[in-house]
Amino acid sequence: MADLINVIENWLKNLLLGWGAGEPLALFILQALGSVLVIIICFLIVIALIWVERKLAGRIQDRFGPNRAGPYGIFQSFADIIKIFTKEYITPKGADKGLFNIAPVLAMASVLAIWAVFPIAVNVIGADVNVGVLYIVAVGAFGILAILMAGWSSNNRYALLGASRSVAMLISYEIPMVVSLLVPVLLAHSMKLSTIIEAQQPWWYLVVAPLSALIFLISSMAEIGKAPFDLLEAESELVAGYHTEYSGMKFGMFYVAEFLHQYTVGALITIFFLGGWAGPLAVQWPILGVVYFYGKSFLVYLVISWIRLSLPRIRIDEMLNLNWKFLIPVSFINLVAVAIADRIMMDLDLKQWMYVLVMFSLNIFILLVSLYLSGKSKPTVERETFPPRPVAVPPGTESK
Amino acid sequence: MVPVIVFAAVSIVTLGAAVAVVTNKNILHSAFYLVLAFVGIASIYVLLEAPFIAVVQVLVYIGAIAILIVFAIMLTRRIMSKDIEQRNAQWIWSALGALILFGVLGWIVYSANWPVVQGAVPDDPIALLGQELLTTYVVPFEIASVLLLAALVGSIVIGREREQDSRSAE
Repeated sequence: MADLINVIENWLKNLLLGWGAGEPLALFILQALGSVLVIIICFLIVIALIWVERKLAGRIQDRFGPNRAGPYGIFQSFADIIKIFTKEYITPKGADKGLFNIAPVLAMASVLAIWAVFPIAVNVIGADVNVGVLYIVAVGAFGILAILMAGWSSNNRYALLGASRSVAMLISYEIPMVVSLLVPVLLAHSMKLSTIIEAQQPWWYLVVAPLSALIFLISSMAEIGKAPFDLLEAESELVAGYHTEYSGMKFGMFYVAEFLHQYTVGALITIFFLGGWAGPLAVQWPILGVVYFYGKSFLVYLVISWIRLSLPRIRIDEMLNLNWKFLIPVSFINLVAVAIADRIMMDLDLKQWMYVLVMFSLNIFILLVSLYLSGKSKPTVERETFPPRPVAVPPGTESK
Repeated sequence: MVPVIVFAAVSIVTLGAAVAVVTNKNILHSAFYLVLAFVGIASIYVLLEAPFIAVVQVLVYIGAIAILIVFAIMLTRRIMSKDIEQRNAQWIWSALGALILFGVLGWIVYSANWPVVQGAVPDDPIALLGQELLTTYVVPFEIASVLLLAALVGSIVIGREREQDSRSAE
């Protein structure tokens, strides 16, 4: 019971071997089953998340949210799914058909592929590759490609503009995201996700490296592309950005990929800063680790939703300034400072709680100093302001 | 048996995509076929049990270079019209040059005596690589990074608008 997943796996393997399948074939079938299971769980979570998100958004914005289908509107997502499946697929005239149809699939795949390396419990690990962190960063490239494909193949100026805007944003915010991910890698001396989780057993990296956690949260919120960073689909400027022309389930795939990406960011923060599956009794009872992992990811998801429901959309110049003039310098300074402090304290032979205390205060110190400095500096470019101009001018008073 | 089938499938996809890059009339489609070829090469690295090189291949070639190419194509006007000529008067000479290059490379690959290390691969070759880069080979490593930085700064200097020029143009 404690180790439910491995018990089932062993039972299935013996069953397959008993049926006369060879060892490699049995392993192949088990691995394929495992991947399908992970993907199905992701989709089920998304169905639940869409309901939670809409209910939460309703409560925060002082309205009810979905409340018709089922108790508390629980079945609203299912009604939406049925509706979206019955909708017509419209391909705009002059669209590049092949790319137009591949783009939503690629967007979805790039998010799902990240789940391949996640350690879900102490002994339930997808692919435990020793370059896990690099893999996560690399797979994100396909998401950017999918957005470019969608924007270009739609044969729509708004879609193309939205796509180039979002690529500019995604590429720039990838830098602070990757640099802040380097801090857990540096502290754990490994890029293997399971080693990173084991390395933060007594002290989560949220305590050891709070500044990296904060930078990672902000930059990955930009990677998701939701408010306050949703200027790539700002409906007042761009209709709906790169997915303007998509309808039916093709739009649905972009939509689901976006929700799943938000949950995936929650899972990433859980792995790198919140100790992954760690929790009371998680080692003895691996099934509890699964619960902790998905639960922590869900908590981070709620925090992200909370932030994005509270803040208005930022302008494009603010978006670029925040990244290039604040996040990138701070994340590099933080990386160098943590590396030096880690190396010095390695020789000093300190107690672990002192090490954690020094790291924590170092992070907070860098954060406070950078906030103070950025508050002092004046914006170099003044925004142009125009004097108010009345729309209707009474006759006889027209300016010459 | 299974690895051979997988290798054959991956090779066919990679080579097919590479041929499509050259023959396709739509230059943006060529760029996306190039991405497919890169994916195929990364899969071959995975088959060779070199996950680090595979991931770096995806990260550098797809995450950076392919996106740069696609972006450059999208920002270039009139490059995507269908009636662009695919060859000009010099195609026969460039074909000859490419054939000679292919022949030389093939001859080198075929005739070279590839050194093979006896014994097992060390436990964590990537960690070893990192350690060597920052101890034994730290000077070449630093020179390479300074060179890259210089190229980066130089490209920005070339690419930015010159203030005097834009003023005199007005």
